[in-house]
Amino acid sequence: MELSLKDTPVGSSVKVKRVSGEGAVKRRIMDMGITKGTDVYVRKLAPLGDPIEITVRGYELSLRGEDAKNIIVE
Amino acid sequence: MEKQIRIALAGNPNSGKTTMFNELTGSYQHVGNWPGVTVEKKEGSLKGHRKEVKVMDLPGIYSLSPYTLEEVISRNYLLEERPDVIIDIVDASNLERNLYLTLQLLETGIPVVVALNMMDVVINRGDKINAKKLAEELGCPVVETSAMRGKGIENLVNTVLEVAAKDNVQQKSQPFGGDVESAVKKIEKVIDGMVPAESLRWYAVKLFERDEKLDIKPDAGQMQQVESIVAECEELQDDESESIITSERYAYITSIIKPVYTKKNREKYTISDKIDRIVTNKWLALPIFFGIMWIVYYVSITTVGDWTIGWVEMFFEWLGESAAAGMEAASASPWAVSLVVDGIIGGIGSIIVFVPQLMILFLFLSILEDSGYMARVAFIMDRIFRRFGLSGKSFIPMLIGTGCSVPGIMASRTIENERDRRMTVMLTPFIPCGAKVPIIAMFAALLFPSASWVGPSMYIIGILVVIVSGVFLKRTKAFKGDPAPFVMELPEYKAPRAKGVLIHMWEKGRSFIIRAGTIIFVACAAIWFLQSFTPGMEFVGLEGIDQSILAHIGNGIRYIFIPLGFGDSWVGPVSALTGLVAKEVVVATLTMASEATVVMFSQVTAFAFMIFTLLSAPCFAAIGAMRREFGNAKWTWIAVLYQTGLAYVLAMLVNLIGGAVLAGTPATAMQTLDSGILEEASESDLVAGGDISLWILGILLVVIIVGVIISSVRNKKKYNDIGKLGA
Repeated sequence: MELSLKDTPVGSSVKVKRVSGEGAVKRRIMDMGITKGTDVYVRKLAPLGDPIEITVRGYELSLRGEDAKNIIVE
Repeated sequence: MEKQIRIALAGNPNSGKTTMFNELTGSYQHVGNWPGVTVEKKEGSLKGHRKEVKVMDLPGIYSLSPYTLEEVISRNYLLEERPDVIIDIVDASNLERNLYLTLQLLETGIPVVVALNMMDVVINRGDKINAKKLAEELGCPVVETSAMRGKGIENLVNTVLEVAAKDNVQQKSQPFGGDVESAVKKIEKVIDGMVPAESLRWYAVKLFERDEKLDIKPDAGQMQQVESIVAECEELQDDESESIITSERYAYITSIIKPVYTKKNREKYTISDKIDRIVTNKWLALPIFFGIMWIVYYVSITTVGDWTIGWVEMFFEWLGESAAAGMEAASASPWAVSLVVDGIIGGIGSIIVFVPQLMILFLFLSILEDSGYMARVAFIMDRIFRRFGLSGKSFIPMLIGTGCSVPGIMASRTIENERDRRMTVMLTPFIPCGAKVPIIAMFAALLFPSASWVGPSMYIIGILVVIVSGVFLKRTKAFKGDPAPFVMELPEYKAPRAKGVLIHMWEKGRSFIIRAGTIIFVACAAIWFLQSFTPGMEFVGLEGIDQSILAHIGNGIRYIFIPLGFGDSWVGPVSALTGLVAKEVVVATLTMASEATVVMFSQVTAFAFMIFTLLSAPCFAAIGAMRREFGNAKWTWIAVLYQTGLAYVLAMLVNLIGGAVLAGTPATAMQTLDSGILEEASESDLVAGGDISLWILGILLVVIIVGVIISSVRNKKKYNDIGKLGA
C-alpha cells in the first residue's frame, strides 16, 4: 500500500511522490508548493487531532487529514 | 488632460499587501465588495499623484487558477481591465512560494514590477537576496521594500511610474522543459491572432491546463488540435497537464533562486517557533484560546463596548430632548417634533450607537489577524466547526454575536472561504444578542417567575439552531458547490503595527456607516411613520399606537400568527415588527400596547413569541450588516427569509405541541400583562447576558478538553511536539 502524508508520523520528513485526486483539491495543494520531489516535514497535529501542520518550502501550512490522504509520499 | 494610470496590487495573503496599499494610498481609500460576492474590493489613489494614478488592491491569492473566487476575480480584472502596471508584492522571507504567483502574472503580458517586501525580516535572519540578479532572472524590475517600516516605497513608486510611461514593455515568460515548451508553442500557433499578442503565452498555457474559466472560445477544430497536443504531452510526461505546469513552475523557481538567495545556517528555533510551541501546544492551546476570547469579549462587549454604547445613547437622548425643547419653544407641531426627535435623531442614533463598539472589536480583530494568531484560531477550532459547514474562525463572530449581531456579522470578514463566510453571516443572528435579553427577562419574570431554565434555554435553542442549520444548509445546492480543500498558511507571528490597525479600525467604522447606515436609517424612519400616524394621516404619536397604521397592518396580518399563538390581536405581530428597529423595542411596544389595550399571553404562547422574536429576521442594523457582507440583495433576502421562516415553523411547533400536551394545565392559562411592571421586569437579572456567555464558554471548554483527551488517546502514537524532536 502506498503511504500518504496522513500516515506520516509527526516529527518526520518525507519526500512527495505524487499528488492524487483531481480538480480544485489537487490544484490547490500543488499551488501551495507540494509538488513531486518536495521535502515535507510534519510538524504537529492540532490539539483536537486534526488538521496537521507541515513545513514545506520554508513555510508552515495546515492541511486536513482528508486532504493529506491525497499526498502520496516515499 | 493626461492619461490616467491604473496600477493593480497583487500578491499572496500575508505578504504585507494591505500594509503596502495603505502606504501607497494613505487614507484615500474606497472600500466595497466585488459585484455580487462577499469579497472585499479596495480602491485608492496614489499619494502625491491623486488625480492621475489609481491603485486597485486585488484579493490576496496564491495562484491564478480557476478554482477560488478570489483568483477568478483577480484574473478577470487583470485580463478585462488590463491595468498599466501590476505591483507584485513578494514576501522575501517566503520567496519560493511567492514567486509562483509572479511567474503567472508575468505571463499575462501586463508589465510587472516586483516589490521584494519584508526585506527586513530576511536581513534579520542573516540571509541575503540578490535583488539585481533576481530582476535579471525574472526579466522585470525588482525593488526592495519594507512596507511595515515604510522603506523603499519611494523607489517603488518611481519605478512603477517609469514602467507605466513606457509604451512597449518587453517581458519574458518562464521557459518550460523541452516537451512542455514545444506543446505550449504549438498551442500558441493554433490561437495566434485570436488574442492580444502580449497575452498569447497566458492563453496558450491556460489552454494547455484545460482551464475552464477562460474568456476566449476557440472553435471546435482548434479545440481538437489543442486537445491532441495536450494529450500527447501528458502521455510523454505521464502526468496531468495542470500538474505538469505547476511542477514546471516550482522547478523553475528552485533553479532561479539558487544563485539569488543565500541562506545563513540558523538556529533551530526562531522566536515565532517558540511562540507557536506554547500557543498551539496540545494542552495549553485551548485554555489560551478561551482566555484570549474572554478578553476580547470582556473589553469589546461587557465593559468598554457597553460604556461607549451608554455614552452614545445618552448623547442622542440629550440631543433629542434639547431638540424637542427647542422646537416646542418655537411652537412646532407635535408631529414635526416627533419626526425630528424619534424619526431622524432616533434613526441616526441607532446607527451611530454601534460604531464605537465596532471599532473596538475591529481593533482586536486586526491585532489577532496581524499577529498571525487568527490563522491558529482556525487551526485549533477547525475540527469542531467544519461539521456544521463553518470555519474554525466562525467561533469569533458567534461569540461576539452574543453581545451584538452587527459586529459579529462584520467579524466574519476574516474567514477565507466564501461559503463558510456566507454561512457564518447567515447563522450568527440566531445567537441571542444583548438586545434580546430584555425580551427574555420580561417574559421570564412575568410568566415564568420560578423557572430559571427559561433564560438559558433560549441560548441553547439558539446554538442548536445554528448547528442544525449548518448541517442542513451544508447539504443544499447553494452551499455545496465544488469540494474545496482546507489548505491554510500559518504565517509567522509578528508584532502588529499601530498604523495598520488604526486604519483598519477606522475603515470598518466608516464603511458600516456608509454601507449599512442608509438601509438602517430609511427602515427606522419608515417604522416611525407607520407607528405614529393613523391611516387618515392624523398624527397620534407613539402613545396612540393602537390607532396607528402599524396597528391596522397588525390587524391585517395577525391571522398569519394564529398558529403561533399570538395572532388574536394586533399586539403580537406589531411588537415583532417593531423589533426590526432594535430588538429591545419589543418591550417598549408591548408596554405601550398594554396601556392601550389588554394584552394576554400564556406560558406556551409567550415561549412561542420569544422563539419567534429571537430567531426571526434580526434588527435593521444587523440586516444592513448582512447586506454589507453579502455584497448583494439576493443573499440578504435569502438569509432574512430563511431566518424568519425557520422562526415561524419553530414557534408554531412550540405553540401547537405545547398547547396540546399541556392543555388544561396552568401553562396554557392566559394571563394579562401588567403594563406597569413590564419595563421593570425586562431589567430583572434572571438572564444576565454576559454571565451566560461565560457559562457557555466554560461548558464549551470542558466539552472540548474531554474531546482532546479522547483524541489524544487515539493519536497517542502520532502526536509529538516539535520540542521533543529538537532534543
